Amino acid sequence: MADQSKGVKLYGTSFNGHTTMVECALRLKGVAYEYVEEDRKNKSEALLKLNPVHKQVPVLVVDGKPIAESLIILQHIDDVWKDPPHLPEDPYKRAKVRFWVDFVNQKVVPIMHTVVTLKGDEQKTAADEFAGYLKTMEDGIREELWTGGPFVNGDNPGLLDVVMGSSYTWIKFIEAVAGVKLAKREKTPLLCSSMEAFGEHDAVKELMTPPEVLLQSRGNPGAKTTATSDD
Amino acid sequence: MAPPSSDLKLLGSWASSYTHRVQLALRLKGLDFEYAEEDLAEKSPSLLLHNPVYEKVPVLLHRGRPVLESVIILHYLDETWPEVPLMPADPYDRALARFWCHFVDDKLGPAVGAVFASPSDGQAAAVEQVHENLRLVERELREGAFAGRRRFFGGDKIGVLDIVLGCGSYWLAVFEEVMEVKLVDPESFPLFHSWLRDFEEQEEVKAIIPAIDRLLDYARGVRQMMLGLSTRQQ
Repeated sequence: MADQSKGVKLYGTSFNGHTTMVECALRLKGVAYEYVEEDRKNKSEALLKLNPVHKQVPVLVVDGKPIAESLIILQHIDDVWKDPPHLPEDPYKRAKVRFWVDFVNQKVVPIMHTVVTLKGDEQKTAADEFAGYLKTMEDGIREELWTGGPFVNGDNPGLLDVVMGSSYTWIKFIEAVAGVKLAKREKTPLLCSSMEAFGEHDAVKELMTPPEVLLQSRGNPGAKTTATSDD
Repeated sequence: MAPPSSDLKLLGSWASSYTHRVQLALRLKGLDFEYAEEDLAEKSPSLLLHNPVYEKVPVLLHRGRPVLESVIILHYLDETWPEVPLMPADPYDRALARFWCHFVDDKLGPAVGAVFASPSDGQAAAVEQVHENLRLVERELREGAFAGRRRFFGGDKIGVLDIVLGCGSYWLAVFEEVMEVKLVDPESFPLFHSWLRDFEEQEEVKAIIPAIDRLLDYARGVRQMMLGLSTRQQ
């Protein structure tokens, strides 16, 4: 049973991948939290005070102390609420998980933005680059982390599952908007199956906004790249 | 004298602040290791084998298995050898350390690099960006989460954030001289300045950071090359 004694508040924005990641992590850990919806175009005084460095969502406040940046928040959540663990016990495997989470941040997310804003051949090239990164991850995970699934973390979703799993709907959204295939089951079966399993997990199912709904709310983000960014 | 343990090997580059982070951490933890200098213009088969994704230093090999990315290596060292901890004990302090380490790599570091890469007539904007980032750090020291703390971000002893912010901050003085700009004015950034001075005085730090003339020569060389490249492209 999660420790209910800490006051936990999450400042976020709807249809924002980074906010979704944090909500998923909290739900997976069974943490009770209050959610505050921020208007991206009109940020509250509270938010600006809590995150003066980046001035954006998500921000998690635990017992009055704010933490910003989604990946930092995810690690903090795992640090404070130990059960179920989102990282392996072995330090070497932990380093591998952190490496791939960082890889998603360094390589995968930026290319997702690029795919959406380009057209024609350039878009196809970006889509191929994305697929290449996914394949690199797939091979790394298979070799270094996979223990039979259904999640990268094993029986229960972990840090990498939260990051990739909550991005799946965005991947499908971009596929629909750009008319390109980004995640192919035959090329990256472990990633695809673990992302799908994540989307089906009882604790986070309702947080997974279907791509059609994202399409309605975001339209074609070809002109802007805020689809998955903190803003 | 016993040879260094073959358990730990570090692939690095003498001028890389990311490599220095790991060297400093190993030294603070009292861990013996073998060091291999990489020629980044001609990367070794070992580097390419162990870091095929990025082909970058540092790479830490522990019992032959690679750990990559300097901050990840620091966490690995802390979790494998918990004596002489680099991360703070309190979870919130740990979150702060992670946040500011990320800030260094995501914002401050690139901003400093941009000053160095800026054309002669485009420095002002790049310098202002560095100042903006330093102001955020200074504010945190003055009235934010780190206000009223002890000497270092890690307390009485240097910790992970000192290592990450410190190994790299020596480039500030180097770029100031090579680019003839003021980056860390002690009057504008008194707390940052005094923290950096204390950091650079630590024995372990002095042992790791290359002599300033070597860094100056190196920086001048790279700057010449950058300017040469840009004029050729015009």
